[in-house]
Amino acid sequence: MSHTKLTRRGVLKTSAGFGAALATPTVFTGASWASESGYMNAPGDSSCTLGFNVPQTGPYADEGADELRAYELAVEHLNGGGDGGMLSTFSSQTLDGTGILGRKVEYVTGDTQTKGDAARASAKSMIEKDGAIMITGGSSSSVAVAVQGLCQEAGVIFMAGLTHSNDTTGKDRKANGFRHFFNAYMSGAALAPVLANAYGSGRKAYHLTADYNWGWTQEESIKASTEAVGWETVSAVRTPLAATDFSSYIAPVLNSGADVLVLNHYGGNMVNSLTNAVQFGLRDKEVNGKNFEIVVPLYSRLMARGAGENVKGILGSTNWHWSLSDDGSKTFVRSFGTKYGFPPSQAAHTVYCQTLLYADAVNRAGTFNPCGVVEALEGFEFDGLGNGPTLYRADDHQCFKDVLVVRGKENPTSEFDVLEVVEVTPVEQVIYPPDHPMFAGGDLGTCNPGV
Amino acid sequence: MDAVILQVLNGLDKGSAYALIALGLTLIFGTLGVVNFAHGALFMIGAFCAVTLQRILTFSYSVIDETQKDFLGNPLKVETPYVVSWFGEATGNSIIDWSVPLAILFSIPVMIAVGFTMERGLIKHFYKRPHADQILVTFGLAIVLQEIVKAYYGANPIPTPAPDALTGSFDFGVLIGFGENAIIYPIWRLVYFFFALAIIFMVFAFLRFTTFGMVVRAGMADRETVGLLGINIDRRFTIMFAVAACVAGVAGVMYTPINSPNYHMGMDFLVLSFVVVVVGGMGSLPGAVLAGFLLGVLEAFASMNEIKAIVPGIDQIIIYLVAIAILLTRPRGLMGRRGVMEE
Repeated sequence: MSHTKLTRRGVLKTSAGFGAALATPTVFTGASWASESGYMNAPGDSSCTLGFNVPQTGPYADEGADELRAYELAVEHLNGGGDGGMLSTFSSQTLDGTGILGRKVEYVTGDTQTKGDAARASAKSMIEKDGAIMITGGSSSSVAVAVQGLCQEAGVIFMAGLTHSNDTTGKDRKANGFRHFFNAYMSGAALAPVLANAYGSGRKAYHLTADYNWGWTQEESIKASTEAVGWETVSAVRTPLAATDFSSYIAPVLNSGADVLVLNHYGGNMVNSLTNAVQFGLRDKEVNGKNFEIVVPLYSRLMARGAGENVKGILGSTNWHWSLSDDGSKTFVRSFGTKYGFPPSQAAHTVYCQTLLYADAVNRAGTFNPCGVVEALEGFEFDGLGNGPTLYRADDHQCFKDVLVVRGKENPTSEFDVLEVVEVTPVEQVIYPPDHPMFAGGDLGTCNPGV
Repeated sequence: MDAVILQVLNGLDKGSAYALIALGLTLIFGTLGVVNFAHGALFMIGAFCAVTLQRILTFSYSVIDETQKDFLGNPLKVETPYVVSWFGEATGNSIIDWSVPLAILFSIPVMIAVGFTMERGLIKHFYKRPHADQILVTFGLAIVLQEIVKAYYGANPIPTPAPDALTGSFDFGVLIGFGENAIIYPIWRLVYFFFALAIIFMVFAFLRFTTFGMVVRAGMADRETVGLLGINIDRRFTIMFAVAACVAGVAGVMYTPINSPNYHMGMDFLVLSFVVVVVGGMGSLPGAVLAGFLLGVLEAFASMNEIKAIVPGIDQIIIYLVAIAILLTRPRGLMGRRGVMEE
């Protein structure tokens, strides 16, 4: 964790802001977002500090490292360095390389360790000690939900990183939190028609599901969407998150009558369960007169590399892929690839976009006040960031955009060339009403400026 | 019935890993009296010996191919391993294909060096210290070792496949009279099981039928008396530490095709292996092996849907429940000796 010096001027400024907020009737604060006081960690005139909270240790450290690379690239571009990246392709042209609202962008980093309590502690430290005005990052839904809750309480904006659970913008949604990444429902909605087309309807699916929040919502989503295209769910078995050998869970699949295995696993779980399933010859098996198939609904290129040859031909979904040919994607891949020597992951892409989206929202709102930023992001429609036309829906702070269905590539040309895009599912097919049952029970509440 | 046999097979291969790690732990505890929490890290280092050899064998030179483009649109650098260049495509690719079995040979000197350095450099200073100190220092060492591996190899699992000839599965059911496709089992897991049996047999034979082994066994029974006979038992125990490190290392090498290795894999096995040692009986080599296979099979059965339907979550706690039951009824474990850790 890096630290910023606590200055006498900073303390006085924050105290003054706090006092002013207490003294001001709330009827006046609602519309006066341009006022540079009355909210948490109001930046000085020269710089503003963003907090990048990513897994630097633990099982998702490689994803965290890629997120950090993207954040550094975004900061460089916002401050006018490098080739400017997607600043030139972003449909909103408020970002001109002069920082955010004319302030140079600085950043501090924290280590989530992919643990909710550690992630909250590092976010809290960045907010309280380093004066971070916005927290972003993460590679796990449990961490995203935990940090989002903290940011809501603290009164800063949270721009989620890689989080795929429906709950992040469902039952755990918060007014100060925003998600660019897609979710489990969207994976199911995009994937099911492709699966039915590729493998036929009337299939019998057996789910192995990581036994935690994300796994449950993904299982629910994939079951609902595949059953809607005529598949039957034979069984859904929960596996411990700490499991490393899935042979005991895969053995019953062989005699279950199922002809498709759906692996609701991510990270090391996915690598091991897929490897074990292939070892047990599932892909060579014929059941009910059909070839046995395996599906991995959420793919990560970084993780897919760990499964090696086993991913070949296996269908799944992803938020973004470096092989996309739109101007935004090509520009981002060129910027990232030139700087680091390899293409960015979907985690890198989503956090880069989140940083730009936050910066642009501040510019458009004319203030760093979280409530002004919320207002600017709600209902915001944009393009040029690699996913086509996108909407940040006001009802739940979820981005709606096209979803990619991908397949493990049969003949990769390099270690990065693991997946190929099979279909770009249009946003109309993956959108859902804000009160959809899978997202029920949540309430955004009202934005919290922190004081 | 076929499901039961399949779970027995699953348990045996899982138990093989437990048994090999527990065997090494018991060797170290029985000889040096040290509770070595870094033993899982030795298993992990063994696995990364396989990764390292794979990288050495695939070390390549690149040739620019103007007809192909990389992700930035530049001419593609086509990598050709030196091994393929030196030995021809067929032989070179075969050498790379068999990198995991070859890594056994590679890992033995590496593990001897690691074991010797670990024992002489750190652990010998803790022989006279309480077990709590030994646990703390070896656990700290394990964390240091895994962080070093992570810094160099990254946090994600690294695919390390078995040779093509031993990849895939075979119909075990047909061999024992069941119908086709009733019991399908991966070839490499069977290889791992027999490999584990061979290593266990060699360790027991070494201790039972060699003079060196006889002295070590005598030292395990009464270190002081053996020392009074003028035998340098400390030196032999140091060698036994290196042998235990080798057992953990080769177990790790052969495990890599079953699950892609990552820096944390040692910790995943460590706690369970300690339970295995305690259930088998502290200091008992046959007990460690027996308990390893027993708990592996029980864990596999507890994962069956039929069992979990009756007792949800049993697969996550079965080993600990059995450990409690055995320690309540046989406080020294299944084959524990009187006096071990009882002073």
